[in-house]
Amino acid sequence: MSGQEIVFTLLGVVAVGSGIMVVTTRRLVHAALWLVLSFGALAGGYVVLTAEFVAWVQVLIYVGAVVVLLLFGIMLTRAPIGDSADLDSGNRWAAAAVAAATAAVLVTVMVMGFRDERMPLRAGGGSAGELGASVFRTWVLPFEVLSVLLLASLVGAIVLSRTGIGPGRGPGSGEGDG
Amino acid sequence: MHLAYPTVVAALLFSVGVYGVLARRNAILVLMSVELMLNAVNLNLVTFDMWFRDRLHGGQVLTLFTIVIAAAEVGLGLAIVLLVYRNREMVDVDRLRSLAESDDAAEAGEVGEVGEVEEAAP
Repeated sequence: MSGQEIVFTLLGVVAVGSGIMVVTTRRLVHAALWLVLSFGALAGGYVVLTAEFVAWVQVLIYVGAVVVLLLFGIMLTRAPIGDSADLDSGNRWAAAAVAAATAAVLVTVMVMGFRDERMPLRAGGGSAGELGASVFRTWVLPFEVLSVLLLASLVGAIVLSRTGIGPGRGPGSGEGDG
Repeated sequence: MHLAYPTVVAALLFSVGVYGVLARRNAILVLMSVELMLNAVNLNLVTFDMWFRDRLHGGQVLTLFTIVIAAAEVGLGLAIVLLVYRNREMVDVDRLRSLAESDDAAEAGEVGEVGEVEEAAP
């Protein structure tokens, strides 16, 4: 085992372990905080894989934005802060069986398929400069389409979550009250 | 670096996400598990980008796109969850059975109750 493999294995154990805590803990807020740890360990894994710009984007968007959004959702649905016993559904054992089968199949396929493959890691392969040049030269059209999709989804989220739009009101009368 | 390490981590993370989606009852926890599965896919994309030494960096750019789509998805998903909470005072996916196909008495009772709540809401 090389040093990279040892570091990546440790980060992977942290990521998978905190992922298991996310899906098994009895406290909603703790699940969100374990999710932060899992995403942070994955960002470290991206750094080991020399994808440093992806790692920073992971930290900024996932740890910074998505988890905060999920915490807002937990607060706004007035979830209990302490232990709640009914977070797991009754088909937990069927779900565990399906997950174990998925893990067995995927791990077997991955190990059998890539047993002898090694990947060349060279520094600078995922720097902001290279990725920026790649995004704005080759992938600029998907980038622009994605910006339109983000705008549409955020407008949709605003329309879904604002009150005062009802069938009883005429068109244009609900613009002042947000 | 051996290719098996990141792919096995990604496979295990994906399975954890599958378990969370199937076993959790709170809709926000289901959204968290979906995020775990998306992260597993991102790890695979970065790994294979590094393995192929892609000159265009297709895997990493697609990872960035997936992160943006995940952010849009969680925003829209939370808006829907908040709307469900506003109408029904709970986000338990096991009890949200208005779209289920069975039409026995319990379901009819729940549908009537839900209509009542929706009428009372505005």
